[in-house]
Amino acid sequence: MKRAFPIFAVLTALLLSYALYEALVAAPTEQTMGNVQRIFYYHVPSAWTAFLLFFINFVCSIQYLVRRDKVADTIANWVAIVLGTAACVAAIVIRPLPSGTEPSSVATTGLAITGLYFLIKKYFSGTGTDALAVVTAEVGVVFCTVVLVTGPLWARPVWGIWWTWDVRLTSTLVLWLIYVSYLMLRRFSTSGQTPLLAAALAIFGALDVPLVYFSIWIFRTQHPQPVIGGGGSIDPRMLHVLLINWLAFLCFAALICRSRYRLEILQRELEEVQALEALQEPRSSR
Amino acid sequence: MNFLYIAYAATWLIHITYLGVLVRRYQRLRHEIDELKRSKS
Repeated sequence: MKRAFPIFAVLTALLLSYALYEALVAAPTEQTMGNVQRIFYYHVPSAWTAFLLFFINFVCSIQYLVRRDKVADTIANWVAIVLGTAACVAAIVIRPLPSGTEPSSVATTGLAITGLYFLIKKYFSGTGTDALAVVTAEVGVVFCTVVLVTGPLWARPVWGIWWTWDVRLTSTLVLWLIYVSYLMLRRFSTSGQTPLLAAALAIFGALDVPLVYFSIWIFRTQHPQPVIGGGGSIDPRMLHVLLINWLAFLCFAALICRSRYRLEILQRELEEVQALEALQEPRSSR
Repeated sequence: MNFLYIAYAATWLIHITYLGVLVRRYQRLRHEIDELKRSKS
């Protein structure tokens, strides 16, 4: 098991190199934007990875809150099951689905929510979910920063402006600010209630994720409509490169999260030992 | 073309900076653990 991490790290490095080659060399050049469109292969997978990490943070925060009470825990379990089932039923029954959604994506999202909820519940304890929430928020902020940096670098040559206050861009910036404030709360608050407050903040923060995602369907924005889902089209070779890059970034994010989680657990253990030592010191000095 | 390379370089700069921060935090933590062990022995 100890060998699995370095092997996975090497495989991820190889995958990232291959994805970079595919994005810069193998992917076809877009006709209107030219080579600058290749920013798409880093911008979009980074956004998807950030959304996924914020979603895991949301699930962990809910679990941290509900596990404190047995009744709330049981209710939350049933809500997760009902949500997954309802999404599958809605994907089959409701026609037409709201703009921007497809039956497969609705069913997959529903099943992912339920699956992820029970996976985290099975493999992480109460404090473990809190630690995972911190880790996913931090790594999510890093990926969201990439989105906010590569976006303007793509917008400048294509739109002629670095930034505009349209809903997609503004809500992404707000999302980034919410999670930065979450991390600052975790870093600087010394109260024993910090994990509880942070979990509540994370749940409210996660409400911004669907707003970011669906803003381009609901509002008229400068940001283009998506080329995947919602009726858009993309060259199959471009889609292949996009998915390769997303897979590479997902592996990279998993690798960082694993290391950061280990660091977080070590840090907590050390703090616990230091607190115990501090308690014992006055007694031994008497 | 310049924007493309700047965007890719910026992405890796952000990731490498974060990895650097993690390595520094880990080293600091190791140092604290070693000090604690030394003070106990």
